[in-house]
Amino acid sequence: MQLTFIDRSEQRYVVVADRGMSVMQAAVENLVPGILGDCGGACACATCHVHVDPEWMDLAGPPSEIEAQLLDGVLDLRPTSRLACQIVVNDSLDGLVVHLPESQI
Amino acid sequence: MSTVTVIVGAGQAGCDLATALRQHGYAGRIVLIGEEDAPPYRRPPLSKTYLSGDTAEEALYIRPRAAYDKQDIELRTGVRVTAIDRAAHTVTLGNDESIRYDKLALTTGGRPRRLPLAGADKPNVHYVRTLADINRLREQFRPGRRLVIIGGGYIGLEAASVGIKKELQVTLVEALPRLLARVTGPELSGYYDGVHRRHGVDIRLGAGVEALEGGERVESVVLQDGTRLPADLVIVGIGLVPNTELAEQAGLEVDNGIVVDLYAQTSDPDIVAAGDCTNHDNGFLGRRVRLESVPNASEQARVAAASICGKRVPHAGVPWFWSDQYDLKLQMVGLSQGHDRVVIRGSMEADSFAAFYLKDGVVIAVDTVNRPQDFMLGKKMVAARLVVDPAALADESVALKSLAA
Repeated sequence: MQLTFIDRSEQRYVVVADRGMSVMQAAVENLVPGILGDCGGACACATCHVHVDPEWMDLAGPPSEIEAQLLDGVLDLRPTSRLACQIVVNDSLDGLVVHLPESQI
Repeated sequence: MSTVTVIVGAGQAGCDLATALRQHGYAGRIVLIGEEDAPPYRRPPLSKTYLSGDTAEEALYIRPRAAYDKQDIELRTGVRVTAIDRAAHTVTLGNDESIRYDKLALTTGGRPRRLPLAGADKPNVHYVRTLADINRLREQFRPGRRLVIIGGGYIGLEAASVGIKKELQVTLVEALPRLLARVTGPELSGYYDGVHRRHGVDIRLGAGVEALEGGERVESVVLQDGTRLPADLVIVGIGLVPNTELAEQAGLEVDNGIVVDLYAQTSDPDIVAAGDCTNHDNGFLGRRVRLESVPNASEQARVAAASICGKRVPHAGVPWFWSDQYDLKLQMVGLSQGHDRVVIRGSMEADSFAAFYLKDGVVIAVDTVNRPQDFMLGKKMVAARLVVDPAALADESVALKSLAA
């Protein structure tokens, strides 16, 4: 599965992820800067905030209740905001594009 | 010859430090050395879903082994560093191999404080820090067994919660008059006391342990008041001792942790340190502190990596912590010690509330249970050192967001 991360300066990071891995893990393993994942994917910290590209929003789906509550406190919250640790890579997400916010904390 | 950074300790801090070096564009050789056999893994689930058997070992790995090769990080596991020679800029490994470094990072973590009693080394006495600890514990963690937990901190309470889930008979002994005494206020202690009792934990407060009795195995835990608690197994969770011996032997400044500044720099300009093993200057708190926490380890590791790369990034994050017990998600931000007022928002009875700790009107810490949104807003309040009207904080008809802005 291929994932693309685009930062605020339009720099693109294209990474290959395995099925079943979270988008946060894929970012961290491939040294994509700006995704911290401090709680290790426990949905406890909101330091892996991304803006899902609008074209992918339907496939990525909406945040869960707990995730939405955490997102409520992030910087630069948008309708496309998700926590990358809660998006699990599957076949339908091959090619997924997400945008990185300015800052996680 | 390219430069070499050696990282001693392959836990969360060591792993994050290695990664952050590459993210900063560090092109030299990176050697990450850990004494455990497994590649760097996440410890928080050890006392939670790994103990319960709901998480597999591989799922704890921060990244698969192959990912280290990909980043050109030499991961050496199952080997100890036995000495540091600062003058020669070398470390010596347990197999007598010696590795030269230009920069050295100490991310040596800590080890569980041992119970200073005879019998504490028997095969049914357990500690909670490593995969090996839990693998050994899990074999004895069976329904119906009588589990005595010594220590009412996070480790003890999380173990109690898993014990109940796995249908053990759980007794928890705490020497102080309340649970979580070191890390939170009496309100939260009282709340968690109620939660655990409701789930069937037999809690003994103000109960010092006098002796461990038995033959080959501990058969009962004897309290100072003479009470004998029969035990099939015992878990000890009475704190962490920072691993500072290497630093001490190398003549670095050590004082309840390896002493580092705001930039994770030790008293030697070529040595940084990060994580549970450090006594560090925290820019937010404005004082020295030693923290046992993953978020702190990760942040400080990034700071240390920046220092190695010649960048000055201060370590100034607001400390935060989390703990999962039963179906309760506890998230804490800030350090509540020294507060002069507590405001509860929400309902303890409904297991959904936030406790705000104020000092001179300033929000210095927030503990939330099942309220991630309040946690996130609380984080902002604490970071901003916000002065908030206590009445408004307690009033759920006032949106917290309007107060955090």
